[in-house]
Amino acid sequence: MSPLESLRIGTRALRVNKLRSALTVLGIVVGVGAVVCMVSVGAGAQAEVSEKIRTLGANLLLVMPGARNSGGARLEAGTQPTLTEEDAASIRRELTDVQVAAPLLSRSLPLVAANKNWVTVVAGINADYLVAREWQVASGRLFTSDEITSGMKVAIVGSVIVEELFNGHAGPGETFRIGNVPFTVIGVLDKKGLGAAGRSQDDVVFIPLSAAKSRVLGAVRGTTREALDFISIKVSDAIEMPEIERQIEALLRQRHRIRADAPSDFRIENPADILFARGAAARLLGSLLIAVAGVSLVVGGISIMNIMLVSVTERTREIGLRMAVGASRRDIRWQFLIEALILALMGGLVGAVSGAAAAVAIAWKAGWPVLISPWAIVLACGFAGFIGISFGLYPAHRAARLDPIVALRFE
Amino acid sequence: MEPLVRTVGISKSYPSGGTIVRAVSNVSLAIEHGEFVAIMGRSGSGKSTLMNLLGLLDRPDSGSYALNGREVAKLSEERRAAIRSHDIGFIFQLPALLPRATALENVELPLIYAGIPPSRRRREAKDALDRVGLADRAHHWPNQLSGGEQQRVVIARATVNDPALILADEPTGSLDSATSNEILSLFEALHREGRTIIVVTHATEVADRARRQITLHDGRIIKDVAASGDNSLPTPLALDSFP
Repeated sequence: MSPLESLRIGTRALRVNKLRSALTVLGIVVGVGAVVCMVSVGAGAQAEVSEKIRTLGANLLLVMPGARNSGGARLEAGTQPTLTEEDAASIRRELTDVQVAAPLLSRSLPLVAANKNWVTVVAGINADYLVAREWQVASGRLFTSDEITSGMKVAIVGSVIVEELFNGHAGPGETFRIGNVPFTVIGVLDKKGLGAAGRSQDDVVFIPLSAAKSRVLGAVRGTTREALDFISIKVSDAIEMPEIERQIEALLRQRHRIRADAPSDFRIENPADILFARGAAARLLGSLLIAVAGVSLVVGGISIMNIMLVSVTERTREIGLRMAVGASRRDIRWQFLIEALILALMGGLVGAVSGAAAAVAIAWKAGWPVLISPWAIVLACGFAGFIGISFGLYPAHRAARLDPIVALRFE
Repeated sequence: MEPLVRTVGISKSYPSGGTIVRAVSNVSLAIEHGEFVAIMGRSGSGKSTLMNLLGLLDRPDSGSYALNGREVAKLSEERRAAIRSHDIGFIFQLPALLPRATALENVELPLIYAGIPPSRRRREAKDALDRVGLADRAHHWPNQLSGGEQQRVVIARATVNDPALILADEPTGSLDSATSNEILSLFEALHREGRTIIVVTHATEVADRARRQITLHDGRIIKDVAASGDNSLPTPLALDSFP
């Protein structure tokens, strides 16, 4: 008997018991659906992480003030040293593998232009910062060194500011106020999209660091005028990240005169590491869910086996008749094996479609790119088919082993 | 010419309730091409077992069985299935049809296992249904057919692959007498075509239609006679007057 014939007989039998067939493959549907969904969501999340690392700029380190864990050590009030512009300059000067060490000082402040206002992050930077972030202007220009050193009231704005403060059309030359201080726009930045924290990176105004200290932020920072929020460091490809982190730490500890047994009063972060760690956490969660999906597939296989055994018993007389009119044991075995295989593959197909749909919904909700992995679909359906065959073997064997005489007499 | 069926001392035993029952005991039998034979006996006489042996559904414990001059008693299961598919047509007591297949599909069944391609299969199955007068019922489901119609579908199925031997087990077992007559007339028609038919029955009115009656008792042949009277068929009038 040809495989096509077996296929026809198999589908016929399943169509007779539509509801039962549907319920039987539920386990497979859930299993395959979960695999396809998780792999697709994981791929989307991974792509998102890579994209964020790309927008952050490559080979980037951040040095931030204050030890996160000072181990309960009390520091005398007022003596805690902070990161200064001098630290940044020194890192740039002393360490050959550092290409850029850009200080940054920022604060949320109200902006006013004509009849509109908007509260956003105002960051004081020097010329290096945008280099470190690999960030270009879409129109206008970057700060000149003269503007940086003399603290002129000029600003480079992100695309969100253009939308919110200038109704979408603002070029160089527009003026606005930060608090009460008037500034002139000299450049508009390229779009960067969402940052690692999920906040738009384009919702920002950059002004010269000296202007920020003396005219905008200085007044509210009182005692620690020199304190920076962080220093962005871009290092060359030639050196390993952990090595340069060690060098920076040694240099700053020396500059801050920290005793060998005392904790540092700053910390060095690799934003890419954090993103990678987050990606790894997502992957771990994904593999846990895939393990659950695996269990679901096995349960689905058992339920296929169960229903196939019932089916063999119900159709004992049919099997006898088929044998009497010439079906060999091999024909009978194939008939039931193909039935189990069709069941599993149908479940796999339905599962793949619903899993992909769920992945699209999740990606849409989370704002990730949708990446339906065709490999995951092929693999999951293939595994479903494997389950169908493995768990269909025993019932098919039972059917083929029937004695035609006994089967014919079966009521 | 070699007889179609020749058994020499075949026996078959079954374990039953702790003892071994010798269902068929040392039966030697020859049936020529074109014979219409009834195998009779009370239930437990071994006639069904004998039919299973002759139909290659079962294998004798001992003895030899040549079908069409070929020794088949010791063939493998696969080979016996192939012979069932090509050389033997079974007519079982109802219900003998697959309930989820149409009349036509039921008739096609032996041809599927014989590996006949679909278009030829369909044509031959239609012809077979036509021969039993059911051409217009081809696409009916078994439960839409009367008992007599169902049994005629079974006969069409048993003859569709032009088998050398037709084996019938209580073919009128669940039919009323009028329908039984129709079916038996079909048997006679098949016999006239030159087919070899063996009918297993305990009903004398069925056995009376056969040209030779073999009676079994405790697994042994106790009587093997040619039908009384001449070869002419009973008239329908005579049949109708039968009590």
